[in-house]
Amino acid sequence: MRVLAAMSGGVDSAVAAARAVDAGHDVVGVHLALSRMPGTLRTGSRGCCTVEDSNDAWRACDKLGIPYYVWDFSERFKEDVVDDFIAEYAAGRTPNPCMRCNERIKFAALLEKALALGFDAVCTGHYAKVVTDGEGNPELHRAADWAKDQSYVLGVLTGEQLAHSLFPLAETPSKAEVRAEAERRGLSVAKKPDSHDICFIPDGDTRGWLEERIELSEGEILDHEGNSVGSHPGANAFTVGQRKGLKIGRPAADGKPRFVLEIRPKENQVVVGPKDLLSVDRLRGIKISWAGQPLPQALAGERFECMVQVRAHADPVPATAWLEDAAGEGPAVVRELVVDVDEPLQGVSPGQTMVIYRGTRVLGQATIDTARSLAWDPASVS
Amino acid sequence: MSATQPVYFDHAATTPMSASALAAMTQELSRTGNPSSLHGAGRRAHRVVEESRELLATAAGAHSSEVIFTSGGTESDNLAIKGLYWARTSDAPGRRRILCSTIEHHAVLDTVEWLAAHEGAEITWIDVDATGRIKLDQFAAEISRDPSSIALATLMWANNEVGTVQPVAEAVALAAPHGIPVHSDAVQAFTAVPVSFADSGLATLAISAHKIGGPVGIGALLVRRDIVLTAVQHGGGHERALRSGTLNTAAAAAFAAAAHDGVAHLAVEAERLAGLRDVLVSGVRAAVPDALLSGPDDAAHAGQRLPGNAHFTFPGCEGDSLLFVLDMLGVQSSTGSACTAGVPRPSHVLLAMGYSEEAARGAQRFTIGHTTTAQDVETLVAALPEAHARAKQAGMAARQSRIQTAGTGLSV
Repeated sequence: MRVLAAMSGGVDSAVAAARAVDAGHDVVGVHLALSRMPGTLRTGSRGCCTVEDSNDAWRACDKLGIPYYVWDFSERFKEDVVDDFIAEYAAGRTPNPCMRCNERIKFAALLEKALALGFDAVCTGHYAKVVTDGEGNPELHRAADWAKDQSYVLGVLTGEQLAHSLFPLAETPSKAEVRAEAERRGLSVAKKPDSHDICFIPDGDTRGWLEERIELSEGEILDHEGNSVGSHPGANAFTVGQRKGLKIGRPAADGKPRFVLEIRPKENQVVVGPKDLLSVDRLRGIKISWAGQPLPQALAGERFECMVQVRAHADPVPATAWLEDAAGEGPAVVRELVVDVDEPLQGVSPGQTMVIYRGTRVLGQATIDTARSLAWDPASVS
Repeated sequence: MSATQPVYFDHAATTPMSASALAAMTQELSRTGNPSSLHGAGRRAHRVVEESRELLATAAGAHSSEVIFTSGGTESDNLAIKGLYWARTSDAPGRRRILCSTIEHHAVLDTVEWLAAHEGAEITWIDVDATGRIKLDQFAAEISRDPSSIALATLMWANNEVGTVQPVAEAVALAAPHGIPVHSDAVQAFTAVPVSFADSGLATLAISAHKIGGPVGIGALLVRRDIVLTAVQHGGGHERALRSGTLNTAAAAAFAAAAHDGVAHLAVEAERLAGLRDVLVSGVRAAVPDALLSGPDDAAHAGQRLPGNAHFTFPGCEGDSLLFVLDMLGVQSSTGSACTAGVPRPSHVLLAMGYSEEAARGAQRFTIGHTTTAQDVETLVAALPEAHARAKQAGMAARQSRIQTAGTGLSV
């Protein structure tokens, strides 16, 4: 197979590419230039697309004896990931930019270019597994190492995207194993720190970064009973479940800390309340996609058992799910994925992605539109 | 998908060393001696350097005392432009304008822009026409507007991307009556077209060894004897105190050998290369009918293009995709523009010539040199249809996605 290895400059993608070479594929390494700030050097474990990362990827390719190129996706990245991130926050939602990047850049823009140029697949250092069912359809599964498993951030991939994806780290028992292998192979990135946080917010200060980009205006903070309890500098920079930075002068009646329960960008209001009201029992998701073949039961409108995960590093919880047709704007009908969790979840925000699993298999995902507690109706606060 | 023996179409980036240069270099590398030392070994090395200087001077139509060895074209451009600017402004602080064409190499552009950002220089840009040739009337008008405010003018002898040979003599003729020194970057022109420093009337001229069959790491700045430059690099006072640093004897010998050979064979080689280049151009046009030749077409502008340069834009293709597929097929070419961290940007030269950003992105440069054969050109022309088809497909994919995605986000 002709394989394009996406090389971030980190240890995972380097080892993934090495394994693809070992498997006998014809591999070419490509580093994605995602920002227009060339010349920056890496400090600590943050940031990406620096000159250093590009050089590290290049040196790994040299070691593997494969060609290396840099492809510029900075414009697409800005439009599809960075601008989207800002727009979602401005709408009071909490998006996952890594998932957008997988959905639209790595396994769309990059994959599409690779296919056009004669490649068969894109290879990355993600910890996840693609298997093929009896009829040749791809399925996405969790990696062998659940601690490193990244199937959540890939849950947004469709069957077509999975059919052209190669994840050579799928069966790796641990990250330590990958580092050891990199060391054995003489790859200079063996000890390079892992990346954390959002790559385009190098100092990790998401709030500060957003405040520079979203027009904020002072607004009201309400408690869960509808009482005005203070003011905020702008609702859009908050996220559901947030506790710090509220700066409410008056303590709550019960003296317990208060958390952001809801953001109302249209009214520029932030609703706060005690932690137990962050618990949600029912999630409604839109923009549904299936990671391969859709579940027949779901399409038939039946309820089905599954596990749902709402964050990259959250534990999956048992749930019952079904599809429902809801009224959209005008005559349009929006198909929604409704998920009732067996045990309440904490701090779920609209905009987050819920990925549903059955065993190790990823069934699909939806963007959370509403997440509510059956004990508290946000509509009661006005 | 890879050919057995890659063919090389990037001689403008660097060209293989000539046999005589390699022989001169290896012979000198096996000897020792600092040309500044006063003992026998030093004297021997000194003699090699001075003989090389004379040989190089003859090849470039200069006096040997006008040759300042440097590390290459970039350093030569820096020394000339900063050196002239500082010397001229120190004589007359009001003389801060630099006339600069919009298609200069980054070694010139970035130096000029640095002087503007840090040293109070004022840049007067001189535009080019659609073939990449500077507008002499604009150059003349800018001089007569206020000649006493001009520190220097800089105009490359031939452009490195599209190969347009510039009217250097005419520009010097316009500047000379006002005593305005003119610098020219002749890195691409030297040994490709006749270059005589003495006849040019230039104040300074930059050349580089590795573009003409010499080694990387040595170049020269020719500095007219009456020209005063402020040194950029200080130290032991080598090279008329304009460029301190131990002279690179072996590289100087190889540079001189390459220059001597290049000039000796110039007429014959230029004709051979121009002939091959014309075959290449018609072959590319036949293989890909929508390919557009950039720069001067010989039919309308005979002699205004470097013999070894062919440059095209391929509508709907990204230049880096084309380069990529050609590379995979064993054909080594260039997008022609400078890269930062390997990220291609639309060429400032093409933009200056009036191309849109989108058109400029489809650029591909094929440059030939002393090792190029007719067989190489055939290999390129044969590989081009597949490379072009794939690059075009990739270009379309970039505009309109056909892959089924989840379609998340607010905008969808």
